[in-house]
Amino acid sequence: MGVVAIIISMILVNNYVFSQFLGICPFLGVSKKLDSAVGMGGAVIFVMVLATAVTWPIQQLLNKFEIGYLQTVVFILVIAALVQLIEMMLKKYMVSLYNALGVYLPLITTNCAVLGVCIANIDANYTYIQSLANSFGAAVGFTLALILFAGVRSTKLVNQDGVPKAFRGVPLTLLSSAILSLSFMGFSGMFS
Amino acid sequence: MEEKKSKLSILTNGLIKENPVLVLLLGCCSVLATSSDGINAAGMGLAFSVVMILSNVVIAAVRKIIPDNVRIPCFIVIIAGFVTVVQLLIKAFAPALDKSLGLFIPLIVVNCIILGRAEMFASKNGIFDSLLDGIGMGIGYTCVLVIMGLIREFISAGTLFTHQILPESIPGVGIMSLPPGGFFTFALLVAAVNYFTRDKSIKVRDFGEEDAAIIEDIRAQQAEQKAKAAAAAKAKAEAEKAAAAAKAAKPVKAETEEKGE
Repeated sequence: MGVVAIIISMILVNNYVFSQFLGICPFLGVSKKLDSAVGMGGAVIFVMVLATAVTWPIQQLLNKFEIGYLQTVVFILVIAALVQLIEMMLKKYMVSLYNALGVYLPLITTNCAVLGVCIANIDANYTYIQSLANSFGAAVGFTLALILFAGVRSTKLVNQDGVPKAFRGVPLTLLSSAILSLSFMGFSGMFS
Repeated sequence: MEEKKSKLSILTNGLIKENPVLVLLLGCCSVLATSSDGINAAGMGLAFSVVMILSNVVIAAVRKIIPDNVRIPCFIVIIAGFVTVVQLLIKAFAPALDKSLGLFIPLIVVNCIILGRAEMFASKNGIFDSLLDGIGMGIGYTCVLVIMGLIREFISAGTLFTHQILPESIPGVGIMSLPPGGFFTFALLVAAVNYFTRDKSIKVRDFGEEDAAIIEDIRAQQAEQKAKAAAAAKAKAEAEKAAAAAKAAKPVKAETEEKGE
């Protein structure tokens, strides 16, 4: 599959949040305000692409020594260390970027979408370029979902009054994401 | 008697009062993704419970050896080890389940519930208590998952654990086994819990409070650091100024001293 096709299909058709259920926790957690949604999205794009760039060669190394079963252990440690490293580097060398994204970096280690995309790339037997495209598309799709949902949540429509008491808060948030997910189903079938 | 009661309460804590999914609202990803039918849900629940119990026990056993400041990486390695074991076992003995759960077995590692219990419970309590806590949490998670799986399976295909219940002439609502159905069922379950506990919990819960709190916390820290750095820079500048002034003053002083001689 071509690089462009992979990116578009990851953004719209196989959107990580709405059709694969990866990264739901940050999706629900950080989508309260639009500015934090944008910041989190930027940080996720940055980390996901870098994590793939690092873990793909590591998997080749593991395969070479026939210890591919260590994948989960190695990947999670590499990603955790990578996020720490990125945070330190940004703090030291790119202060403006750190001020924009730094707050969200500690929240990313627990984001299952990052580990998910690294393993999914290996499972799909993508080449290095395809893997990077896949991660980029997944992260952009995640950002799109986050920003859309932040828009939905900040409107009066979703805000509380007139809603039965048991449905206020969490259930309402989940119901609105169900509707958003339903609308994303309209894209399925764009690529077969 | 007192002792026994407390042990029982540890066990049931995870089932009802602190149910990891419906009350603590942790680990939503795997719940939504793997509850599309009863068998998937049961398989995932079992895999999760095994990892939960074993990692809780091992972490409780080594809790005194692990230095405090590297405990989180240690917990992650222990959990990842057990996840790998479970993953290989499922691959070997239940390949169909492996195929349908796919990515979500390795992703048990980043499930917030397990790390959360390791940090909150197993690192502070004995082996037996941690075992009970792990069993309670595992059963609580599995129950919610299976209930959701059965609801979705029943509405989407009219079956329970693939046994036909409704006559096949009644068409199912296919959307319930797809992602929107997952969000929808989860919303209804949380609403039901809210309804039945409405007298006790007056506060309306919503997502994002904890994350917002964390973000605020980090922002405050950053501001503090910045203020500290600014203060330090100011102090340094002042010190330099003073030093420069002293230096400027010194030759004059020396001159006057010379003159004096």
